[in-house]
Amino acid sequence: MTAPGPTRSGARPGRPFLSLAAERAMEAAIRLSGISAIVFVLAIFFFIFREAAPVLFSGEFKPLEFLFSVQWYPTSVVDIRYGTLALTAGTVGVTLVAMILAVPFGLGAAVFVSEFCGPGMKESLKIVIELLAAIPSVVWGFVALTVISRLMVSYTSAPVGVNMLNGGIVLALMSVPIIVSIGEDALKAVPDSYREAALAMGATRWQLVVRVLIPAARNGLLAAVLLGVGRAVGETMAVLMATGHAVQIPHGLLDSVRTLTANIAAELGEAPAGSPHYRMLFVTGIQLFVLTFVVNLAADLAIRGVRRK
Amino acid sequence: MDEPIPSGAPARHDGEPPFAQTSFGRRKVRQEAAARAVFLVMTLLMVAPLVAIVTHLVVEAWPALSLEFLLDIPRERMTTGGVWPAFVGTIYLVVISLAVAAPIGVLAAVYLNEYAKDSWFNRVISLAVINLAGVPSIVHALFGLGAFVYAARFGFSVAAASLTLAIMTLPVIIASTREALSAVPMSFREACWNVGATRWQTIRGVVLPNSTSGILTGIILQVSRAAGETAPIMFTGAVLYKAVERGALLPYYLDDQCMALSMHLYVLTTQVPNVAPAIPYATAVVLLGSVLLVNASAIGLRIWLRNRKRW
Repeated sequence: MTAPGPTRSGARPGRPFLSLAAERAMEAAIRLSGISAIVFVLAIFFFIFREAAPVLFSGEFKPLEFLFSVQWYPTSVVDIRYGTLALTAGTVGVTLVAMILAVPFGLGAAVFVSEFCGPGMKESLKIVIELLAAIPSVVWGFVALTVISRLMVSYTSAPVGVNMLNGGIVLALMSVPIIVSIGEDALKAVPDSYREAALAMGATRWQLVVRVLIPAARNGLLAAVLLGVGRAVGETMAVLMATGHAVQIPHGLLDSVRTLTANIAAELGEAPAGSPHYRMLFVTGIQLFVLTFVVNLAADLAIRGVRRK
Repeated sequence: MDEPIPSGAPARHDGEPPFAQTSFGRRKVRQEAAARAVFLVMTLLMVAPLVAIVTHLVVEAWPALSLEFLLDIPRERMTTGGVWPAFVGTIYLVVISLAVAAPIGVLAAVYLNEYAKDSWFNRVISLAVINLAGVPSIVHALFGLGAFVYAARFGFSVAAASLTLAIMTLPVIIASTREALSAVPMSFREACWNVGATRWQTIRGVVLPNSTSGILTGIILQVSRAAGETAPIMFTGAVLYKAVERGALLPYYLDDQCMALSMHLYVLTTQVPNVAPAIPYATAVVLLGSVLLVNASAIGLRIWLRNRKRW
């Protein structure tokens, strides 16, 4: 017997021409859609690059100043400067705060959902996590601007409620669902025989988690964290509304900052199309594109590492 | 059981462990309970915000919430009135982006799950899908601006904004359709192939009918995602204000700019002075309510599907 496989589409004599033609057309459409993701990713890069190119190759673009200067004065009359270090610092700072809050809770919740609760509770928790992930970013931004900022002013010494801590809290809440769901997948992928072996040796559940499951699911948990980072770095509306608008290197949790994403959202509307300022915003778009690409690629490699095992 | 206990053996009572407790064993039980409690608290701290946020928003929005709020247009420089133009605008954007993204996404998933072999080229496709999902929404906005608004000369319009949304939400459909397709057992396909069906006949006759609900779930999730996004439409077609008749059903053309709920919430909170306090809250509730409702229906569909699964 040969291995099962589909009949080749032209192999059966007597099939009506139309049915054959329709099938060929459909398969062409499927193949075309199949490569659409590649086409779109390339298109995104191409069109952003196209808008950025005139300023990139104009000779006025200084890569070192762009990456390492803290002076971002796009609309200054006398001294226009495009340095993104403060914006990058804002992105890194907010993401760091978010991860410090989200990683322990996210991984802890993943462990609880995967190891400690019964099937009924697991189901309801997963639904809550899914709903949490569905809350639109502008609603998070609104919550940050109204609720969290008010709390911030009354309970801390912050002069204004919109700052790095506020942005970090909101981003943490936004990236926790993805950390939980990917982390739970990673723990689920650990074979049950590991658990049985550990329990048979008399390990407590705590020892099981810390000494067996976490090392065994290391790559998957890393991927969960990286995808959380990717979400935090790329988030726009929530940080735009939560972090205040100061372009500066943050010195403390309560400083206002501006991130790369929020900067584009805040200034794109004011920059006349085709102006150097407008094109520089596309250059920061390339920067963001590359940044998130690297983070997502790393997460994918980590997940692939799990599968190979 | 009523068996008499043989003399000599210690009597056992229900619930009492068969062995004498050691201090080690007691410590172990305590540790178990402590570990469980720690992880439970972490989980609850994550669940609490959802409940707290929804309750707070609804309480604050209560004075303004009514059917009238949904059907009315914003009045007096957007400080009072309703959200109708934004609500319809969101529906426009969602429906058009869905019409573009659903066929491409489903077919792409069919390709990845049914046609693709494990080659480097198909790994690149999977990577592209992951990357497309990871591109920040504001970068999608830049792309939409460069490609649809300027290069394709759509201008700032419903068409440009919906296409941007469609590309952004494509990975959602691809991922969940792929999952639905791969849940159809291989034996179904093999049975169909063995009676002489071609690959496409198998897909149309066996694979797709058996994964309809799963695909539908993915499409519903796309709707919820598209409805909530702000950044991609901000610079491609959504505007601060557009005059629309109260309750008008089809107020926009494809080349018009439109309002959208998410954008409207952003504008109300950051750009419009002296808004009646309950109005932004009510807008947030309408947006959040629609999104969560759509998501809940996807979850309901999935649970229903799982309960009647035949294999």
